[in-house]
Amino acid sequence: MLTARGQLALTASKLTRAALRATGRGATTLPGLVALTLHPGVAGEIARRLPKGTVLVTGTNGKTTTSRMLADVVRLAGWRPVHNRSGSNLARGIATALVTEASWIGSPRADGAIFEVDEASIVAVARLVRPSVLVITNLFRDQLDRYGELDTVARRMRDAAAALPPDARLVLNADDPIVNLVGEKFAGGVIRFGIDDDRVAGALAQNVSDLTHCPRCRARLRYDRVVLGHEGDYRCPNCGFARPRPEIAATRVDVDGDGTRLVLGAGEGAIVRVPLAGVYNAYNALAAIAAAHALGIGVDVAARAIGAFRPAFGRLERVDAEGRRLRLVLVKNPAGFNATVGALIGAPGSVRLLTALNDLDADGRDVSWIWDADFEALAPRVDWAVVSGLRARDLALRLKYAGLAAERMSVVDGYEAAVQDMLGRSRPGDEVTVLATYTATLALRHTLAKLGYAKEFWED
Amino acid sequence: MDLRICHLYGDLMSIYGDRGNVLTLRRRAEWRGIGVEVETVSAGDRLDSERYDLYFFGGGQDAQQDIVAADLAGSNGDAVRDAVAGGAAVLSVCGGYQLLGHYYRPFEGPELKGVSVLDVHTVAGRRRFIGNVLATAEQPLVGFENHSGLTYLGPAARPLATVVVGAGNNGEDRTEGAVQGKVIGTYLHGSLLPKNPWLADRVIAWALERRHGRVALAALDDTFEQRARESAIALAQRRR
Repeated sequence: MLTARGQLALTASKLTRAALRATGRGATTLPGLVALTLHPGVAGEIARRLPKGTVLVTGTNGKTTTSRMLADVVRLAGWRPVHNRSGSNLARGIATALVTEASWIGSPRADGAIFEVDEASIVAVARLVRPSVLVITNLFRDQLDRYGELDTVARRMRDAAAALPPDARLVLNADDPIVNLVGEKFAGGVIRFGIDDDRVAGALAQNVSDLTHCPRCRARLRYDRVVLGHEGDYRCPNCGFARPRPEIAATRVDVDGDGTRLVLGAGEGAIVRVPLAGVYNAYNALAAIAAAHALGIGVDVAARAIGAFRPAFGRLERVDAEGRRLRLVLVKNPAGFNATVGALIGAPGSVRLLTALNDLDADGRDVSWIWDADFEALAPRVDWAVVSGLRARDLALRLKYAGLAAERMSVVDGYEAAVQDMLGRSRPGDEVTVLATYTATLALRHTLAKLGYAKEFWED
Repeated sequence: MDLRICHLYGDLMSIYGDRGNVLTLRRRAEWRGIGVEVETVSAGDRLDSERYDLYFFGGGQDAQQDIVAADLAGSNGDAVRDAVAGGAAVLSVCGGYQLLGHYYRPFEGPELKGVSVLDVHTVAGRRRFIGNVLATAEQPLVGFENHSGLTYLGPAARPLATVVVGAGNNGEDRTEGAVQGKVIGTYLHGSLLPKNPWLADRVIAWALERRHGRVALAALDDTFEQRARESAIALAQRRR
């Protein structure tokens, strides 16, 4: 039984949802906001009735993909999980998912929960739902106006870990020094994942300078190998802080145009096919496998689910528009941009872009991050770019400084006009990359749906 | 003609698109046929005060700022003062701006000593100023601020601009940034220089003077810059 206030909050929230759906609108956060306003504890009351427990996935990049992969894995293992699939990852989105899943008297129809959680909300959500597993994918510089500096985000992660129940487990990226440090003071069990293949080596991103120094003692870190950004094989010559051996390690990573093949462990290890391009998606798969391991689900089940994975909203999602093959890519911070672009230009051929920059709250109101992102790697490969969004002119200027000629760009206000301009520049069969920030991706997808090219994303 | 730029503590103090400022200085010089070298000098390196015409000193996180303040307390602090006395131009943003003043006083713990090439001091504030900024100097200055430090000017420094929208130095006296000789400090990023090309050109001209005398900079096609600038100004007026 729910408490009386919990029952009231649940009923009000469910009525809100029914009203929104009846009028044809998506209901991914408002019902939860109603519930949390009336009685903040209701989400926790429902979550505690889930026999298989709750998994929270947080970090700067990869939250959505990792949590969706994990939801597929546990489903294949026989769970009936509740999951905030639409990327509504603040406390209200999580509360919405829980009240939607519960019956009118608060009994959950689900038996477990997989939630992606915004970094700024992680402490509150961890206290609310008392998770059995907390996954941290990576920590990079992101939307400084909203999240604060990386040190602040790292402190928040340590606070979240400290708020976990005593039998909860942490799943951490061994290759990310600041994530790894979260585990140092944690009393419970830790499972780490990482990439152990010496052939996967990039250059240390000098322009993302948050982590050239040891997060423990501040001496300069030494890297024997860099995989992505500041993720790699690092050690501190001063205090001895170093990359630990990950329990879930990819000993071979073979990247091709549309995916990655991973070999786990030594010798004849398990093989996992990740059907999404980019080393960053290999990390997402490893995070999901490690979380599954923490839940007692074997790598064979995880590998099967991941092999059949379908990408989420704005994560390499494909849309067909008049025969043009659009690939939607959400970008929101320099590290995510660099990883995405790395995968994009890893494939041969020129790049056709429909790109949009917004500066609303969900995008980050400060657009300065575009100057830290490596547009210089992208620009030489761009055939043409249609540039749109509320800050289209900032983005066009960034492309100019990256070396893209003015005649290769058109700056177009309005999403529908931008889509039409893209259709005018391309031919059927062309591949077009749609590179946009959160609310711009949302708006472009809405426009594409209105034109009959994609479904609305809450139908997922 | 050539221009030597030092990205001061570029590996430690580079946040909020500071890289865009260095890129703008480089490109706007190169587009005029001026050869450019950019070198990063960091904590523990020996700064040669004779070498550079232009210093860019960006913002950083608290932890990194501590490392830099400690380094500037040694001989590199003297080198920065010598460079300024020798006619180098300096552009500093946020944390770099604070460290070029006399001191930064946190709520707790010891004061961070600055190098005193700007007659300003900074104290920790309770509130964080985050948002678009529009200010007027000889021309409008547009950017984004994100700081909690409150900076106050002494008599030897004059404000870089007057705030129209936003908080600026301290949210009280409507001043934004500081200028003293060829040293500029500001809280604006976004990045600052791409959308304020007049300021970029001012700094480049000052820097060239050190070894090449007075140089008239050729005009550039700033269509993209002007459009980005105008739309950012309109936006700052609509919503902070």
